[in-house]
Amino acid sequence: MTATTVSAARQSTPGWLKNLRMLVSGQEGALTLSLALLVIVVGTANPRFLAQQNISDILLNSSYIAVAAIGMSAVIISGNIDISVGAMIGVLATISGQLSIVPGMPVWISWLVPLIVGPMIGAVTGFLVAYLRIPAIVVSLGMMSILKGGLILATGGVWIYNMPPAYKLAQQSFLGLPVPVYFMLVLTILAALWMRYSPSGRAIYAVGGNKEAALLSGISPRVVLMRVFMFNGLMVGISSVLFATQFSSIQSTVPSGLELTIITSAVVGGVSILGGTGTVIGATLATILLRAIGNGMIFINVSAYWLQAVQGTLILVTVLIDLLRRRRQAAQIRG
Amino acid sequence: MAVTERPSQLTEPSNPIVSRLRAVVLSKEGILFLIMIAAMFILSLLTDKFLTTNNLLNQLRLVTEIGLMALPMTFIIITGGIDLSVGSIFGLSAIVMGFLWQDSGWPLELAIIMCMVVGTMAGFMNGLFIVRVGVPPLIMTLATLALYRGMALGVSEARSARGFPDWFFDLGQRQFLGIPSQLWILLIAAIIAGIVLARTPFGRGIYAMGNNELGARFSGIPVRLYKLAIYTFSGFMAGLAGYIFTSRISTTRADMGTGLELDVIAAVVLGGTSINGGSGSIVGTMIGLVLIQLLKNGLLLGGVKGDATIVIIGAILILAILINNLVQRRAGGD
Repeated sequence: MTATTVSAARQSTPGWLKNLRMLVSGQEGALTLSLALLVIVVGTANPRFLAQQNISDILLNSSYIAVAAIGMSAVIISGNIDISVGAMIGVLATISGQLSIVPGMPVWISWLVPLIVGPMIGAVTGFLVAYLRIPAIVVSLGMMSILKGGLILATGGVWIYNMPPAYKLAQQSFLGLPVPVYFMLVLTILAALWMRYSPSGRAIYAVGGNKEAALLSGISPRVVLMRVFMFNGLMVGISSVLFATQFSSIQSTVPSGLELTIITSAVVGGVSILGGTGTVIGATLATILLRAIGNGMIFINVSAYWLQAVQGTLILVTVLIDLLRRRRQAAQIRG
Repeated sequence: MAVTERPSQLTEPSNPIVSRLRAVVLSKEGILFLIMIAAMFILSLLTDKFLTTNNLLNQLRLVTEIGLMALPMTFIIITGGIDLSVGSIFGLSAIVMGFLWQDSGWPLELAIIMCMVVGTMAGFMNGLFIVRVGVPPLIMTLATLALYRGMALGVSEARSARGFPDWFFDLGQRQFLGIPSQLWILLIAAIIAGIVLARTPFGRGIYAMGNNELGARFSGIPVRLYKLAIYTFSGFMAGLAGYIFTSRISTTRADMGTGLELDVIAAVVLGGTSINGGSGSIVGTMIGLVLIQLLKNGLLLGGVKGDATIVIIGAILILAILINNLVQRRAGGD
C-alpha cells in the first residue's frame, strides 16, 4: 500500500471514526475489542455465559496467571525469558501450603514467605544471567529442572489438605468479586505506572531495546536485569499464594505447562519477544481474553477435544492481526 | 577485539601439532567431551552396570528421537530462531499415522509415509509464516505448539492407537548389524547434517544469518529460502521421530512428547550452540545429547533417585555453559 492512499483514506474518515481507530490502534485496544466481541457473540449464543458467577469465575481463574504474566512481561521486555516460572509457582505454593498447616503458625507467615523466597530464586537466576552472562533461556531451563526435581524429592509429590479456612485468601470475596481479582487489577496498574513513569521502570525498556545505548546513557544493564528477575520472583510469589489459596488442596508438584500459559499471555498481550516494547496492561487483558475464550467455547458446545486447537488458532490470529497492524503503522510513519 | 598473546603460547615451543591439539581441546566441543568422559568415569565407579556395551547401546536407543529433532534444532538456533512446536508435531504425526491405519483402514506403509508428510507440512507451515508474514519464530512456534497438540487431541479424542503388526517394531525395538536399528538413522542423519552445516555454502549461510541477518541478505544468501528449509526439515524430523517412538513403545497417544521440545533444546544448548545464534555445531549437539542421557542413566543405576537426577542435570546444564563461557573468555573470546 502506498503512503498516498493511506493518507487519503485518513483524510476522508469522519472524526469519531478516527478517534475510534486511535483507541483500538494499540494492542490493548485490539484486545479489549476482541474481548467485547467474544462477550457479545458467546453471550448471544448462550446467555448463561454472561451470568455473574461465570464472569467472576473467568476473572478469578485469570488472576494468578495475570499476576505472573506481569513479571514475565518485565522479563521479556528486558530481552530475556524465564521458563522456570511454572516450577517456581509449584515450589512456592507448596511452601505456602505446608506452612499453613503447621500448628500455631500465623496465617500471614504462609502468605509472606513465598514473597520472600520468590525474589530470592529470582536473584539467583538474575545473577547468573546478569553477572555470569549465561543466556536466560539456559539458566531458567536449568532452574526449572532443579526446582521441579527438588520439589518432588523433598515432598514426594504429596497432596496438602486441611489448610485453615483463614488461609484461603483466594476464596474470599470483596464487593462481589473474588479477592485475587483485586490483586490482578491493582498490581497491573501499579506495575504499568512503575514501568511507564519511573526511571527504574523505563530502564527495563532501555536495556531490552538497546543494551549498548542503555549502557552509554548511564544505565547499568546488570543492575536492571537483577531488579527485573527479582521483580518477576515477587510477582510469581504473589501468584503462587493466589494459586495455593484458591483450591481446597494443593499437590506438591509443578503444574505442567503453566510457564507456556504465562508466556503466551505476555506475548499475546503485545510484549515483543525481541525486547524493548509491550505493556503489562496488554498482558493482563490477554490473560483474561485467553481464559474467556477457553470458557466461552464450553458455552457454545465446542468439543472439549478441539478446545486446545481452537485456542492455538486464536493465539495465531491475534498475533497475525497485531503484526499487520504494526506493519500498517510503520507504513503510515514512513508516509 | 584485540588479540592478546596468551602467556602459555610464549613459553611453549610453537609446535603445530601441540597448538592444534590445544585448539581442539579448548574448543567448546572439546571441553564438553572432557566433561562427558569425566562423568562417565565417575558413573562407572558408582555402579558396574553402567559401562557395558549393552547398557550404553540401549541408552542411545532411547535418545534417538530427541537426537533426530536436535539436528534441525541446531540449525534453527544457529540462525537465531527456535522451534518450540517439535514436541507437538511429534505427537500429531504419530497420532495421524496411528489413526489412518486403525480407524481409516489405510495400509500401514502409507500411514507411515503420511506421518512424515504431516510432520513436514507442519514444519513448512511454521516456516511459511515466519518468512512470509514475519512472525517471530518463538511466537509462531508457541502458537503451533498449542495448535498442533490441540489437533492431535481433536483427531484422537484422547484414544490411543495400538496393535500394530510385528514388522512395525523392527525399527524401534530390534537391532541391525548389532546396533539398535534406529541408531543407524540417527548416525547417518547426524553425519549428513554435520557435513552440511560445516562444509557447504548452505551451512555457512546458516551461520551468516545468525551473526547478521541483514548482512547475509545483502551478500546474496537466500535467507528466506534457507529459513523455510530448516523449519520444514525440523517438522520432517519430528514426524520421523514420532514414527520411531511409536515403533519403540508400540502405541501412540495424543499427549505423547509433551515437553519434549525442552529436552531437545537442552541438548542443543548444552552442546555449546549459542541461543543468540551465530555459533554451534552438530558434534556439540550430539555430545550434549549423549551427556544428558548417560547422566540420567548412570545416576539412576548408581542408586540416585530419579527426581534428584533431574536436579543434577539442571545444575550441569548451567555449570557446563558457565565453564565453557569462562574458558572461552580466557582463551581470548569467541
